Amino acid sequence: MKHTLAPQQYLVLLAVMLTASVGDTLLSRGMSQVGAVDMQHLGRLFHAIFNPNIVAGIVLLIGFFACYMVALSWADLTFVMPATAFGNVMVALLSRFWLHEHLSVSRWIGILLLTCAVGFVANSPSRTEHGPDSDPFAGPPAKSSSLAQMDSGVGL
Amino acid sequence: MHIASRLLAWSSIGLVAALAIAGEVLIAAAMRKVGDLDEIRARAGLGGAIRAVLSSRAFLAGAFCMAFNFFAMLYTLSRVDLSLAAPGIASFTYIGNAFAAKLFLKENVDRRRWLAALFVCAGVFLLLK
Repeated sequence: MKHTLAPQQYLVLLAVMLTASVGDTLLSRGMSQVGAVDMQHLGRLFHAIFNPNIVAGIVLLIGFFACYMVALSWADLTFVMPATAFGNVMVALLSRFWLHEHLSVSRWIGILLLTCAVGFVANSPSRTEHGPDSDPFAGPPAKSSSLAQMDSGVGL
Repeated sequence: MHIASRLLAWSSIGLVAALAIAGEVLIAAAMRKVGDLDEIRARAGLGGAIRAVLSSRAFLAGAFCMAFNFFAMLYTLSRVDLSLAAPGIASFTYIGNAFAAKLFLKENVDRRRWLAALFVCAGVFLLLK
């Protein structure tokens, strides 16, 4: 079982970091343009899909989702989690050094904590060992074809 | 803030976090079962990799949770200040994921990973405050 990451896999984690944070920012900006949605006007959520910021946010989040699934195919959830959070650091640093925005002391402390969190996890194996019957979602064992072996066959 | 609107805000945040945790754990379980997508793509092409992912029921259930999470998040962002919603959802999701990964995925969440989850919560909270 692989524990060390190839350069290509680090690129996938970098894409996870960037697409999630920029996508969320675009969604937030789009929703502020759409306005408040209440229980009586839930249909507005569907109109929101035509907002350019929301469209761009959705495209980036689809890219995030693809990279995230690839990362989860060779790494633990608790290994990938800090990578997604580190995207916030990227956005904060971009806003400081590119947009020249002011970062408060608490935000610098936040950046330090997230960097430490990524450091803790980066030094650990990407995938921890699992017992053969450790998967509670696992169904019956796969049978003949190679594709059948890829199928989770879960019983929910 | 009025008690009713505060209750609504925190229940929306809790719902978004719960859906995210359920979705991520189901997708992680599915992807673990499917195996390394890069290897599958090399062996069976992109179509084979997509077929392997889409034939997993855990993945479909997880994707449903994430889609529902998306609309719940849009609703929450339209009702709750981003400065409260973003750190709240992120903190609940990261801690919840660590517990769920330990409980359901049987990941070896050692002291270092617990510490990382706590640092992520505190860091995201400070960053988005």
